[in-house]
Amino acid sequence: MQSEGDARADGPILRVDETSLAFGGLKALRNVTLKVESGSITALVGPNGAGKTSLFNAISGFYRPQTGRVFFEGRDITGLSAPARAKIGLARTFQNIALFRGLTVLDNIKLGRHAHLRTSLVEALFYYGRPQREEMELRAEIEQRIIDFLEIDHIRHAPVGALPYGLQKRVELARALAMKPRLLMLDEPVAGMNREETEDMARFVLDVREEWGVTILMVEHDMRLVMDISDHVVVLNFGEIIARGLPADVQRNEEVAKAYLGSGEIGSEVREAVAEIAAL
Amino acid sequence: MSPAILDFVEFSLAGLCVGALYALTGIGFVVVYKATRIINFAIGEFMMMGAYFFFGLAAQAALPNWAAIVLALIAAGTVGGFLERFIFRRLIGESAISVFMVTIGLASIMVGLVEIAWTADPRSLPTFLPDQPFFVPLGSAEAFLASKNGWSFIIVAAIMAAFITVFRFWRGGIALRATAADQAAAYSVGINVPGVFSFAWILGAITAAAAGILVGSISGISSAMGAIGLSVIVVVIVGGLDSLLGALVGGLLIGWLEAMASLYIGGEYKQVATFVILLLVLVVKPYGLFGTHDIERL
Repeated sequence: MQSEGDARADGPILRVDETSLAFGGLKALRNVTLKVESGSITALVGPNGAGKTSLFNAISGFYRPQTGRVFFEGRDITGLSAPARAKIGLARTFQNIALFRGLTVLDNIKLGRHAHLRTSLVEALFYYGRPQREEMELRAEIEQRIIDFLEIDHIRHAPVGALPYGLQKRVELARALAMKPRLLMLDEPVAGMNREETEDMARFVLDVREEWGVTILMVEHDMRLVMDISDHVVVLNFGEIIARGLPADVQRNEEVAKAYLGSGEIGSEVREAVAEIAAL
Repeated sequence: MSPAILDFVEFSLAGLCVGALYALTGIGFVVVYKATRIINFAIGEFMMMGAYFFFGLAAQAALPNWAAIVLALIAAGTVGGFLERFIFRRLIGESAISVFMVTIGLASIMVGLVEIAWTADPRSLPTFLPDQPFFVPLGSAEAFLASKNGWSFIIVAAIMAAFITVFRFWRGGIALRATAADQAAAYSVGINVPGVFSFAWILGAITAAAAGILVGSISGISSAMGAIGLSVIVVVIVGGLDSLLGALVGGLLIGWLEAMASLYIGGEYKQVATFVILLLVLVVKPYGLFGTHDIERL
């Protein structure tokens, strides 16, 4: 565990260089440059439509930006497809949970290891031993670590479609962990959760970093969570990065306040939000 | 044993054997639909293609039957993979109806190519199934079951068993199920989704070709035999478009109902029975073919 933690000194695990992405006339990302330090929890925040999920999709290979490059552990992965990026250690979850409905929790988690299994069809037919051994190792690893860790033992054989929202989010995290990621990208991990579920998830995210040595990049709207657990905050607005730094510094940044609140009239809801952020 | 009961049993057996072939073809359809959400209206023509490949290799090139079967299936799979790579992959993102129209056009082209190569005349396939008929004991009498029908049923059952095993346990099958469930999630766990599409088309084409060879060995081949595809479409609608089990149950059901229609109403009415079933199913499922997002098994 400790040796994995030392990876923090190695510099950025992910670097996004001058990336721009447009859908027709809509500029989703404008010249975004970003570094995620190894071992950090980096939060990506910004108002709705700021381009956070677009940036996520560009990093994980779902979108092809028109310009810019992406480096993962020093390697240029700009040309790699989404599955290829998944194989080299970039795992992600989705804002609107993307689980394999109809399959059980355990099957979903197992599919996370899909990319790392080496057995081909021909081998599967002729060398029964190897797939079986892989299967057993896989099961043991999954059962002992991920399921226990995320406290989902009681639902391992339940079909995911029938689970409550908070648990589905947890299964999605479990599947991402099964991919043995080095960078875990969480798209709104606590969206729609109550305070208790949010605190559970915060604890899981911190533990993933501490115990598994996984770097975390997350998009999150829950400012309290962002302030509590992240080391570094990046603020996007209209596809541009308008601020970055320690949570406390970003919190005081005037441009950030403006982006969130607009420069016009401040409604009562907004005032409450300001008060909440300031109170943290 | 009264002759009426004997008739009923013999027609039922024959109907279930035909139904098994519908089911096998239906699986060729469902595999493609499951992975790619493409309605392959040319499924009957894929059968025809397999049957003609076998005819060309066994009757014309005079290869041994087993070699002709293997080569015909490989050729059909190659055509399926080729079509996916160069036609259907380019249509990803187009509306479902556009892609459906492309498969209708493809059906016409396949009929045309077969007529150019082999003319439109009906032909009979070399026999490769034993011709000892089956006699199913039934009280004091015995029900007769034609050899080709019986053997087709046995072969289809074996292929089905292999299919179910592969889909349950081989991770390529699991990758296909995962892709069917959620494409974005499949990408994110490192599943090669375009590869899954190719695999589905290859497998679908091989399955349909195998059914075509069996159908052709029972009732001969012609460039019009793709019309069976209509019954197969009914089968998969009845069964639920993305359900392997549905194709199996739907195939047996439609095959049996057609046999009952020809026994009690007359052979020329069996297609009427098929389409009455289709209408009933569509009435029960008011969204119709293209409106469904959650396919339900009936």
